Amino acid sequence: MRIELNRKESLLRQAISGLRHHRWGWIALWFILFLLLATIFAGFLSPYDPYEQNRTKSYHPPVRIHLIDEDGLHWPFIYNYYLVDPIFKRYEPDRTKKYNIGLFVKDSTYHLFGLIPCNIHLFGVDSPARVFLLGSDLHGRDILSRLLYGGRVSLSISLVGVFLSFILGLIMGGIAGYFGGWVDNFLMRFGEIIMSIPGIYLLLGLRAIFPTSLSSVEIYLLIVVVLSFIGWAGLARVIRGMVLSIKEREFVQAARAIGSGHMRIIIRHVLPNTLSYTIIALTLSVPGFIISESALSFLSLGIQEPYPSWGNMLTAAQSVRVLTTAPWILIPGLFISITIICFNFLGDGLRDALDPRFKE
Amino acid sequence: MIRYILHRFINMIPLLFGITFLSFGIMKLAPGDFLSQMALNPLISSETIELMRKQFGLDQPWPIQYLKWLWGIIHFDFGYSFTYRVPVATLITERVLNTLLLTSTAAILAWLLALPLGVYTALWRKSLFDQILSFFSFATISVPTFFLALLGVFFAAKTGWFPTGGAISINYAALSPFDKLCDRFHHLILPAMVLGIGGLGSLLRIVRTNFLEMMRQPFIMTAKAKGLHSNTVTWRHIFPNAINPLITLLGFEIAGLLSGAAFTEIIFAWPGLGRLILEAVMSQDLYLVMGSLFMGAILLILGNLLADILLATIDPRIKLR
Repeated sequence: MRIELNRKESLLRQAISGLRHHRWGWIALWFILFLLLATIFAGFLSPYDPYEQNRTKSYHPPVRIHLIDEDGLHWPFIYNYYLVDPIFKRYEPDRTKKYNIGLFVKDSTYHLFGLIPCNIHLFGVDSPARVFLLGSDLHGRDILSRLLYGGRVSLSISLVGVFLSFILGLIMGGIAGYFGGWVDNFLMRFGEIIMSIPGIYLLLGLRAIFPTSLSSVEIYLLIVVVLSFIGWAGLARVIRGMVLSIKEREFVQAARAIGSGHMRIIIRHVLPNTLSYTIIALTLSVPGFIISESALSFLSLGIQEPYPSWGNMLTAAQSVRVLTTAPWILIPGLFISITIICFNFLGDGLRDALDPRFKE
Repeated sequence: MIRYILHRFINMIPLLFGITFLSFGIMKLAPGDFLSQMALNPLISSETIELMRKQFGLDQPWPIQYLKWLWGIIHFDFGYSFTYRVPVATLITERVLNTLLLTSTAAILAWLLALPLGVYTALWRKSLFDQILSFFSFATISVPTFFLALLGVFFAAKTGWFPTGGAISINYAALSPFDKLCDRFHHLILPAMVLGIGGLGSLLRIVRTNFLEMMRQPFIMTAKAKGLHSNTVTWRHIFPNAINPLITLLGFEIAGLLSGAAFTEIIFAWPGLGRLILEAVMSQDLYLVMGSLFMGAILLILGNLLADILLATIDPRIKLR
């Protein structure tokens, strides 16, 4: 027991000290932590309620924050924008009145950690002006607020999905490699079938099993399950290969000799030895899950309106007209990309830190 | 060689069997079918629906439906599409050709760019150009294809240099043969570029790593020690060896391109297999979904087989059993 604990600790320490030397990996780690915190405190950071519609401010462009007025330096302020061309959604600022950006302002109520009701937001302005830092969508909802709340959905789906598919992959790979024979054959052939259908085709097919109209919680769970069903096969294959070699090692034979059960040997002795590989693969497979989730939602088969997700915020961009008049609706795509870059960098950094084969 | 190919084909049979079973199972598990949607339409009488149910064989138990479908596939009969009212085989053939045109153009583009750039960055390692390119390839690996495609459409709409979607113009039928070709090419170039850039990043990294690895081999040092010109060393000794393992990648590449192509097709309104399957899933067109899933898998498996055979013909060290 004691040895086990030391080993885990050292792995973590090894990862951290290795990452420090990997500049981009280290930056990526901090960015991901920052993003996770931002989505957890989405209510506080977002100036508005993500569902609050504003019919008069449809496709409102990002507001300009002014620091300088006619008297020189000024506390950051914005102008109220009014619609001049309802067809092409052109807005003009009304320069007669300035709206100072307030800190810790009271606005819509939200629940901190889903429990504590709270109505203080980091920043905001007096009505009727709206501080749309990243613009607004068709219904005049604040894109920044939706981005933060949507990140909560997209990131949590991906992380939970990755976790689940890894548990599946570890168990399947562990069983296949440990027992061998027909169990191995069956599991691996099954995985091969899954892997031989192009990912997105399988995703669409599996999505078709379930009705299109489900409650948001059901859809959330559905996406997690579908993604992990597709995701486990690749990992199971590699784990199987590693288990095949590990099971011949002395300590496994020793465990068998003292009469440990099969499952105990797999879980306690064999799988922990695949841990460093698993951590690397875990990090590197998060991007695939983020892409799949946002792709499903983008095609309106995943998270449904009015709930935001990074994918479904991009759905409107399928119309060329919307795309040219309001290009800021592409911003969620930028966030998806940056998040994926970060996970890739982090995975690279972890590989350098934990996998001796990649050390130069 | 022929024995090897035969062996591979025989191995493919259980896999294909599994795929057909999985795709059939998926569609059978789906609640309702195309006809139950039709039943909601007050203009269609229930007798018509019963008649259609019989006609499409949907009134029989599922094992019989499955076996009938399987029997059909062997005769290249994939059943009948409910929505399009044409045989699925006709529909799929047409769409597969479009998808292949798009993916192969994209793959050629990606390889043509990746090879020289990869070699160049390996030779001039840690130069500014190398660093810019490695960041670029990291970025293209990370940007999801559907976002890249959206950016492509945005670019096309803003500049007006390319059409924003479709495979042909509205007035296609009225064009002269030469203009027809130009029109097709004009529609093809942007989606192919989007798809190609999506695959370029990983390819570039692999070319570069392979090349660097080969440069460190002892026989390269020997070649240099013999006093060979550096160009000869690069192109006669390093290049052929570095490129070999890449051919296996070709197979994987096809898989990635197929998945990526689905989004590019959907966003650019390109009439390919990916778009077809999305439409089929949305309208629960049973035989169409099964057929397209099956075709997608076939393309992927054939891609892998092709890569193996290519590798065997090019690399004399590999002996096929």
